[in-house]
Amino acid sequence: MTLDDIIKETNTFYCLECGKCSSICPISRYNPAYSPRVMVEHALLGLEDDLVYNRELFSCLTCDACQPKCPSDVNYPLFIQKMRAIASNNGEHGECAHSGTLQSLTRLVTNPAIKQRRLEWLSDEFHTSDRSDVLFFVGCAPYFEHIFDFETKSIDIIKASLKILNYFGIEPVLLPNERCCGHDMLWTGDVETFKRLAEHNAALISESGVKKIIFSCPECYQTFKENYPNYVKIDCELQHISEFLSEAIEKNEVSFKETKRTVTYHDPCRLGRHMGIYEPPRKVLEAVPGIELVEMKHSKEESLCCGTSAFTNCDLYSKQIRVERLLEAKDTGAETLITSCPKCQIHFRCAMVNKGEEKGPDVEIEVMDMVNLVANALEEKN
Amino acid sequence: MNEFEPVIIAFCCNWCTYAAADIAGTSRIQYPHNVNIVRVMCSGMVDPIYVLRAFEGGADGVIIAGCSYVDCHYINGPVKCDAMFERLKGIVHTLGLEDERLRREMISTSESIVFAHVVEEMVGQLKKVGPSPFRKVREDITV
Repeated sequence: MTLDDIIKETNTFYCLECGKCSSICPISRYNPAYSPRVMVEHALLGLEDDLVYNRELFSCLTCDACQPKCPSDVNYPLFIQKMRAIASNNGEHGECAHSGTLQSLTRLVTNPAIKQRRLEWLSDEFHTSDRSDVLFFVGCAPYFEHIFDFETKSIDIIKASLKILNYFGIEPVLLPNERCCGHDMLWTGDVETFKRLAEHNAALISESGVKKIIFSCPECYQTFKENYPNYVKIDCELQHISEFLSEAIEKNEVSFKETKRTVTYHDPCRLGRHMGIYEPPRKVLEAVPGIELVEMKHSKEESLCCGTSAFTNCDLYSKQIRVERLLEAKDTGAETLITSCPKCQIHFRCAMVNKGEEKGPDVEIEVMDMVNLVANALEEKN
Repeated sequence: MNEFEPVIIAFCCNWCTYAAADIAGTSRIQYPHNVNIVRVMCSGMVDPIYVLRAFEGGADGVIIAGCSYVDCHYINGPVKCDAMFERLKGIVHTLGLEDERLRREMISTSESIVFAHVVEEMVGQLKKVGPSPFRKVREDITV
């Protein structure tokens, strides 16, 4: 795909240079060198090299804050995604966080011969089956447990999700050799690897013969729903666990214990702005008796980002965005910050652990995934 | 068919293990030729990505070797290395690679015989385990 095609596909040509994107962009607020408007201008002037070899191309969080504000409907996240594919072909990969460990792992799992040991945490308390209509997509959580030097609690999200599914009498299929969904690869421009991962997953899923896939990770969910159809065919109903739960609550199929807690909800960009799921998680939280949900200053469409996407260019600015978000959460007076994305949780935890040399503001707040809270509040069935 | 010859990448600390390997060479201690040594300044600087890239490139096994706790040139390199190695073991295990493919050793300068022994032992183990699934990614690698 050439620059001209990208400009046509993403409506970049209609840019009015009004600068609304740059005013809303979370990165631009801290990093004056980055401006979505300037990036688009470079594209319109045909300065392809200035874009491709620009460090800031990988600074974009693809958080989709700019697109809804754009009067000309320029699809800036898609523009960045496609530009990064060109950059990646030219050997530019951005500065990968954790020295690129996560990217390397993703490339490694494209190998068809590997037999992963992803499900070793699975104990007898969870019921899974080989023949079920429902598949639970685990995602990268088994790897996250080992990659980071602080507690990520990613596997707890998976365990809580299984507990919830078991509560409703669903014994989901788990794929022992499931591959990464490829979200990070797609958004850092490595389309080849993404295609291979998509093909692996599509083959595994069609082999298992399931009719519905449930996700606890919004990134996997978005990738399956929006990006996989361009490459592979998946004939299944796709559902995020928050949608699943809110449906069950509507049908009155669930009863909760009283849980006294004031919480605030952080909308992950993939679930919120990308997929438009704002209400289901809130509905779930409000259904738990004793939970008081307070909104942050920026919530729903206006929600701030957790500061990094696809594990690239995690820098000082990312940290500042994170601290800002955590302070906002603390300002609400809530005890717990609830999110529904394992990566948001990792990034927030990282900001709280790695404080740096200078003593910054106190950002300590309990971070928890929505499913953990729900799983703890479930009333035992007799 | 030729016998399988494993490819081993060894990250050796400049101050101890690299010197030990050097002495093993000059003292003409025999050890298998399957090992490719990468000199690093300290075992504490080895990042998981080094090891993953080695596997990605087709290595069958990786050794991370450095000074013991008391010998470290940089005070606490081996402690950092240990912490990193614990996480790395988890990653490699989850990937489905055999535990024999990864090894952490502490070999000081005078222990060139130990170095030769470690390499010998690992080559033996890897021959039993067989080639890494990632090996065919790069078939042009030869020892």
